[in-house]
Amino acid sequence: MTSPRFFVGQAVRIAKRQPSVHHRVPAYAKGARGVVERVCGEHGQPERFIRGDGAPATRLYRVRLDQRELWDNYQGSTDDCLDIEIFEHWLEPA
Amino acid sequence: MSDHPQNDHGHHHDHDHDKTFQPDHAEPTSEAAHIGLALRELLLEAGHYTLAEERAVMTRMQGASPENGALIAARAWTDPAFKDRLLSAGNAAIGELGFDLAPTEFTVLENTDTVHNVVVCTLCSCYPRALLGMSPAWYKSKAYRSRVVREPRQVLHEFGVELSGDVAVRVHDSTAELRYMVLPQRPAGTEDWSLDQLKTLITRDSLIGTQRDLSIG
Repeated sequence: MTSPRFFVGQAVRIAKRQPSVHHRVPAYAKGARGVVERVCGEHGQPERFIRGDGAPATRLYRVRLDQRELWDNYQGSTDDCLDIEIFEHWLEPA
Repeated sequence: MSDHPQNDHGHHHDHDHDKTFQPDHAEPTSEAAHIGLALRELLLEAGHYTLAEERAVMTRMQGASPENGALIAARAWTDPAFKDRLLSAGNAAIGELGFDLAPTEFTVLENTDTVHNVVVCTLCSCYPRALLGMSPAWYKSKAYRSRVVREPRQVLHEFGVELSGDVAVRVHDSTAELRYMVLPQRPAGTEDWSLDQLKTLITRDSLIGTQRDLSIG
């Protein structure tokens, strides 16, 4: 187990890149800024399963995104949010 | 010939073709279907898993249903300490009831007077299937997956959920290794109800978040 690089409440940005292999970051979340909602366990990287077991096991987080920043003309309350699971190698400090 | 009308067989058709008939699975035609079948045969041949293990998984999946989620939710309503464990460490808590979703992380989202949770998998159709059974077809539809993230209040309205402005909507996109279940709010007027009675109130949709208020009929 490696210690998590990010902590709950930390402001982070989801990387904006387009690997040519399978990955689990939807287009709408790429480049978005949010806050770490919780630190989850370590799991295989989706990009690496094509060559085996996904190693190295990588820290997973839940990141909370503000809906009004995510979408133009979002209809809803100022507290509406979207929580999404993002691996550590897709996150950078914001 | 007897004097019965010709189409009166003189016996009842009480065998149940209508109830037991299932159409055959369609023959695989797409390239993806052939690849899927070939892959399964190769995995078995190479010993990655056995037919017996495959059968055990199928049996377990077919035995899963929203009733499992209803039991977990009703238990949380009636046992505050269990609810705390469920919200903080889902896998361990449902392990107490004999359920196991590892290696995925079972994550329970509590609805409150000011928060409504709804679950989606935008990238495919991730769902706690081994616990709740097959997901509904709409959960896998492109319309639900693409719309509920960007206009959740409109989608919830279409499911009959009306939210006032002081209730925040939290959409949970199941993109990786977590599997979610919403803990709906216990309806008023059920303070004296037993766990077995409470279980009957909880619907599949309320566990996904496309239903908010449970009816005590």
